[in-house]
Amino acid sequence: MASGNSKLDKQELLRLYHEMVLVRRLEERSAILYQEGKIGGFLHLYIGQEAVGTGILSVRRPEDRVITAYRDHGIAISCGTSARAVMAELLGKATGTSKGKGGSMHLADVENNFWGGHAIVGAHLPLAAGMALADKYRGEAGVTICFFGDGATNIGYFHEALNLSMLWRLPVLWVCENNLYGMGTAVERASAVSQIRQKAEGYGMPNARVEGMDVLEVRQAAEKALEAVRGNGPFLLEVITYRFRGHSMGDPERYRTSDEVQKYQANDPIGIFRRHLIEERKIKVEELDTEETKVEEEVEDAVRFAESSPEPAPEELFRDIYADPVVPQPDTGQS
Amino acid sequence: MATVVSMPKLGFDMAEGTLVRWVRAVGEAVEKGEILAEIETDKATVEVEAVESGTVRKLLVQEGTAVPIGTPIAVLGTPDEPIDSLPELAEGATQAAEQPKPAASPAPAPVAPPAQPPVAEASGRVRASPLARRMAAEHALDLSRIRGSGPGGRVTKRDISAALQTGTTPTGARVPSAPSVTLPPRPERDEVIPASRLRQAIGRRMVAAKQQVPHFYLTADIDAAQLVSLRAEANAALPEETRLSFHDFVVRASALALRAFPALNASLDGDKIVRYAAVNVGSAVAVEGGLLTVIVRDADAKALPTISAEIREMAFRARDGRVRPDDIEGATFTVSNLGMFDVDEFIAIINPPETAILAVGSVRQVPVVEAGAVVAGWRMRVTLSADHRVTDGAEAARWLQHLRTYLEHPVRLFL
Amino acid sequence: MAILTFREAISQALWEEMERDPRVLIMGEEVGVWGGTYAVTKGFFDHFGPERVLDTPIAEGVIVGAANGAAMAGLRPVAELMTINFAFLAMDQIVNHSAKLRSMFGGQITAPVVIRAVGGGGRQLGATHSQTPDVVFAHFPGLKVVAPGTPHDAKGLLKAAIRSEDPVLFIEHATLYQAKGEVPEGEYLEPIGVSKIQRPGRDVTIVTYSKMLQVSLQAADALAREGIEAEVVDLRSLRPLDMGPVLESFRRTNRAVIAEEGWRSYGIGSEVAARIYEEAFDDVDAPIERVAQMEVPLPYNRDLEQAALPKADDIIAAVRRVV
Repeated sequence: MASGNSKLDKQELLRLYHEMVLVRRLEERSAILYQEGKIGGFLHLYIGQEAVGTGILSVRRPEDRVITAYRDHGIAISCGTSARAVMAELLGKATGTSKGKGGSMHLADVENNFWGGHAIVGAHLPLAAGMALADKYRGEAGVTICFFGDGATNIGYFHEALNLSMLWRLPVLWVCENNLYGMGTAVERASAVSQIRQKAEGYGMPNARVEGMDVLEVRQAAEKALEAVRGNGPFLLEVITYRFRGHSMGDPERYRTSDEVQKYQANDPIGIFRRHLIEERKIKVEELDTEETKVEEEVEDAVRFAESSPEPAPEELFRDIYADPVVPQPDTGQS
Repeated sequence: MATVVSMPKLGFDMAEGTLVRWVRAVGEAVEKGEILAEIETDKATVEVEAVESGTVRKLLVQEGTAVPIGTPIAVLGTPDEPIDSLPELAEGATQAAEQPKPAASPAPAPVAPPAQPPVAEASGRVRASPLARRMAAEHALDLSRIRGSGPGGRVTKRDISAALQTGTTPTGARVPSAPSVTLPPRPERDEVIPASRLRQAIGRRMVAAKQQVPHFYLTADIDAAQLVSLRAEANAALPEETRLSFHDFVVRASALALRAFPALNASLDGDKIVRYAAVNVGSAVAVEGGLLTVIVRDADAKALPTISAEIREMAFRARDGRVRPDDIEGATFTVSNLGMFDVDEFIAIINPPETAILAVGSVRQVPVVEAGAVVAGWRMRVTLSADHRVTDGAEAARWLQHLRTYLEHPVRLFL
Repeated sequence: MAILTFREAISQALWEEMERDPRVLIMGEEVGVWGGTYAVTKGFFDHFGPERVLDTPIAEGVIVGAANGAAMAGLRPVAELMTINFAFLAMDQIVNHSAKLRSMFGGQITAPVVIRAVGGGGRQLGATHSQTPDVVFAHFPGLKVVAPGTPHDAKGLLKAAIRSEDPVLFIEHATLYQAKGEVPEGEYLEPIGVSKIQRPGRDVTIVTYSKMLQVSLQAADALAREGIEAEVVDLRSLRPLDMGPVLESFRRTNRAVIAEEGWRSYGIGSEVAARIYEEAFDDVDAPIERVAQMEVPLPYNRDLEQAALPKADDIIAAVRRVV
């Protein structure tokens, strides 16, 4: 276990554990709701990757902006978005983070400096560079933490954004969550170099590659990386992880064996952290179970809240298209 | 297997029908759905369709004869199967055929189809621009008599203007949409017109309704600004022949209000009140010699374009004298709209056994006070007539509130 | 009133807005040291400094993407695309991000970015550098698309675009930069989404915008000499599209010709004609004519290229067909 854990007191450890379990249970519950037909569209689960988001965001400051791709439920929770608002958005309700207009892939919570899940692979990397440019221009202290998958590192946007961020020394922490597959294509079948961090070398960007199943190890790596970013410019952190579920609901998973999945599941980030807390930090099993119970209640509360929330009003159809409400013109029907 | 066709029930208060005309003769083949006969009720002339394909084996009722509903009127079958032993024919049918009761009046059906347009126009369409057509209609000019100077002889604005200056005679063949300024001559004597069956039926029912149903009336001014703009927007996207009328919106809004607030979707039945599961909204349609109510069934579950199309088709059939039983039977609520005649407001008589009827005036631009200032607004005045035996003022007022919500936020009518 | 070129008017608008609002940045290829490939930002780098006039790599995706991001974070970036043909490399950022962020996140996130793009044909630049694909961008709700045809409108509309809370694609026709026109002294804004009658007339309505406005005005002058008075309506914005003045004019003239530089199929003319037929069918006295580019990729050869582009004579011929 990483040594960074010594900085966390017992309350903080329990809070981190709570967060990881909350992300897991919320998603397990949403998988059920999806199968019941209550969640529409795509649903990409973070299960297995929880240590990455929770570990990195445990050292994020409130002024740091966060932006990620479409596998965004866990990132939203770690940014401080309520389970209620996340669940309501999944159900398309007016009380959701995006008023029911974004859905699973487009959660956002600007109050908590969470700038969205974005569903065009790689497209949010330039957005991250631009936000960091704004902060640097205004002399603000915050940095931008940008999560993306290994699949995004083969698209032009990745290279344009990494180049620009290094060229202009923009304060961005680029976090590549390498879960070994871009949808169903293994990294080595899609990327000419299998270590993503090597791509940062091409831009002279400092970088690191760490294991991502131990939350405290991730946390320690993020601390170092963020230190490098603040005041100095970008850093690429490649975190090796694994998603236990399919790419999205309904993935036939022909590209990997169940033996492989089981091998990684034995390395469950929550199990690892729980054993560490019990064995190394002498936290009682009952205390951890209490957190689990609290999470169960929180998840059920979120589901109740979401299910009882109103659908968006019909008028919402015409709202938030432009700054001024869209008023269909009587003569043209055009906004 | 031979099929017996019986006099259909075409209205809840219909007891008998007159067989006006057999469309098919004995020995003729008829496909399922083809017209077999025309029946006149006291409301309308209705076409009876064949329920099965087959050959007409026997016609049991003579033209001009009235028979009670359920009476066998014809037999369909294969050309050579025996039909004499059909149980339905054991009694009654032959009796009715043998004892023909002459129809009260041999006069033509009150809702006879309108005269065909002039043959010349039907065969050779005049080439004219839309503007020229509009101008010709406004000035009662016969386009076929105006020489077009446009490409291919197209009549354009310029030709109409020239015709108006040189005084080409209006033919009067096309009825102008605006009231004519020339009055017809004074008739030499009083004209006596027999009241049609439809006219008589309306009279009987309205007298009964006014005498027996304790009406009360609630009037509300609806803000129609969103309705006007949304309708314009929707219609901008629709072909002309499927454009939505204000009436369509009111029917849909009434249906949703009835679904939300079912107290008015009811009938009095002795000492019980029946609240209907289905919301079937009638629309009063003016036809020659009276009016008919055409019905959109389950209007709360139908989208606006569907409602609009159904009303348009049924109204067309009604005016053409080809109304179907389903078109006019089974309303649970009625909307009567005179807005298209620039009527600001009016009060309608309830159509029993319904509990209420909504009278709708025109959508008009009026000065309104908004935030302390007088500005131009859109208003539509509606009056609800309701049966005090079934409901009362506060309840009806709450229904009107539902209606108002839908009409003032009409985007909800699309959902 | 001063007489300015289209280029000077745009340059003034940018300069004034940068002086007024420190949130305004310019970013793009060669906007700084070079002074802009069309010399629009000449002198800006020295005056405003490299922090506000940012030379970018040749990478349109990240130019518009970073402008979107900076706008999300509260700045008012003006991204310059050297030509609108390169906007296709940034299509995803324009269509999937600039135009969608506000709506998709329920109003929390906005991208009030201005994307300036130089468009149009007629300069022998070959097929990929000569397009007028304005209508493509006007297809997307959430984006505003502005394409002025006079120095006066260019300045007023660009200032309005920079102050707009919405993303605006601002299209400048390359052959208009030398066009001269009266520009008021001092501060003024022109509203986005408002069409304008640029020349009154009673006989026919010519609907147009951008470069074709100038061509249409030439055609109208020639027609006047043969006694045909054409009214020229300038759309100025393609989205929102203001049909008010078009319909008002058409109801008087009953005849219309729509002139655009882009291709005819699925074009501005198609849209405007459809709306006239929908809204004013009973005022139609002749089929509506469309004048547009031949449906070919523009060739390099000067004569061939000119043969493919719509010209004043085409408009005159179309007007003669309808009056």
